[in-house]
Amino acid sequence: MTEIERIFRAEYGRAVAVLIRYFGDIELAEEAVQEAFVAAVQRWPELGIPPSPAGWIITTARNRAIDHLRRESERPAREVTASGDTTLAEEPDDMLRLIFTCCHPALAPASRVALTLRLLGGLSTGEIARAFLVPEATMAQRISRAKAKIRDAGIPYRVPRDADLPDRLGAVLAVLYLIFNEGYAPSGGALVTRTEMTAEAIRLGRLVVVLMPDEPEARGLLALMLLIESRRAARVGADGDPVPLAAQDRGLWNRELIAEGQALVRGCLRRGRPGPYQIQAAINAVHADGVTDWRQVLALYDQLFALTPTSVVALHRAVAVSEVEGPGPALQIVEGLSSITGHHVWHVVRAELLHRLGRRAEAAAGFRRAAELAGNAAERRFLLGRADADDAED
Amino acid sequence: MRQYLLSIYQPDGPPPPPEVLEPIMTELGKLNEEMKAAGAWVFAVGLHPPASATVIRDRDGEPTLTDGPFTEGKEHMGGFTVINAEDLDAALDWGSRMAKVLAPLAIEVRPIQW
Repeated sequence: MTEIERIFRAEYGRAVAVLIRYFGDIELAEEAVQEAFVAAVQRWPELGIPPSPAGWIITTARNRAIDHLRRESERPAREVTASGDTTLAEEPDDMLRLIFTCCHPALAPASRVALTLRLLGGLSTGEIARAFLVPEATMAQRISRAKAKIRDAGIPYRVPRDADLPDRLGAVLAVLYLIFNEGYAPSGGALVTRTEMTAEAIRLGRLVVVLMPDEPEARGLLALMLLIESRRAARVGADGDPVPLAAQDRGLWNRELIAEGQALVRGCLRRGRPGPYQIQAAINAVHADGVTDWRQVLALYDQLFALTPTSVVALHRAVAVSEVEGPGPALQIVEGLSSITGHHVWHVVRAELLHRLGRRAEAAAGFRRAAELAGNAAERRFLLGRADADDAED
Repeated sequence: MRQYLLSIYQPDGPPPPPEVLEPIMTELGKLNEEMKAAGAWVFAVGLHPPASATVIRDRDGEPTLTDGPFTEGKEHMGGFTVINAEDLDAALDWGSRMAKVLAPLAIEVRPIQW
């Protein structure tokens, strides 16, 4: 990555946020910031990178935006130059406002994800379309509809009131976790992981923690993402297939990310305001300890299930039950979760338990069914391999 | 200041019995008063049942009439309120209050174009 690319990734969202606040127009802000970066690519190689690259980009973009407004209408553009002020002051909440606008609950979840990657991450429509396996035209339409709704429906550009903050922050964290998961375990396609998505989710997660330092769930989500990401190198085998946690080479785990994630988890525990992300981070922190203490994991899943009693949580809890109490009791729990039998993970967990109980033929059938439901090619191959192995031993 | 249309969607058929309807209408009246006091209330109406509607289309300069509402379906707009609001969040706040009073009916919040 060149220095300009690095600055683009780091500063694009900030520059767009400042310009949206100033001009109240997303399209204009984006266009102007993109033009400013084009100008940077042309001029920085000879001028050198300015002392404040972000300031240079924002000022250049502001001037471009004013040019656009002058060209588009006869009336004079909203002026700051009249007072002799040529800088556009950055306000500390600019980025936060933009995050909450992109993740507004009146927008469809898929649109929130796309807008966040577009406006805050500076990803191109093509990049976002490829990440979510939809045609570029579909993604372009999704993004332009979302921008039109923000404008026409009057979705505000501000940090929500305290009373609304828990719900609204929850929506923001959900978007970041969706982006992360799409990177870590793509729902389709050929790759086991997509690093650009996980990296972007973590970057935005860090940003939210800096902007809202008193929100333990924001820290919990960052810790969770770091701890999962720490295992990425071990998660893919030499053949490109996914490697389950128990079979991973722990020497490949990223100790730096683990240390950072575990420190965040400890900080959360001290605050004593647990939430679903913090508990999931704590579970991953236990896994990162070297030898997993399954009793502790089960206790954390009990706590998580008390907060979010969903079938998916119950399914993951069943995995911990199988380690503590054995596969029999776990299988009983899993077979009771009838609402998620269309989900490939349910079949994976059930087949694994059947395998451990020595019911190989049923396990093989289960792995085959899971493979049929899995969207990801590498995962499908892995599950079919498990099915063949169980058939061979049957 | 923006304006929003809050449409109430309700199932076709007879209204609920008075002992159910009356407390709801009292609460709705209170909400309307609150909207007026806040300067948000512009206009509100209830509508007769969809079967009382007539649809008109112009065919070669002549109006052609169809008996019944424009959209097929088992639910139709039963009334609406127009409000002033600073932005969508403020409109959604009023809409949520209305949805609470009228639960389980759906309220559609739609910006008015000027």
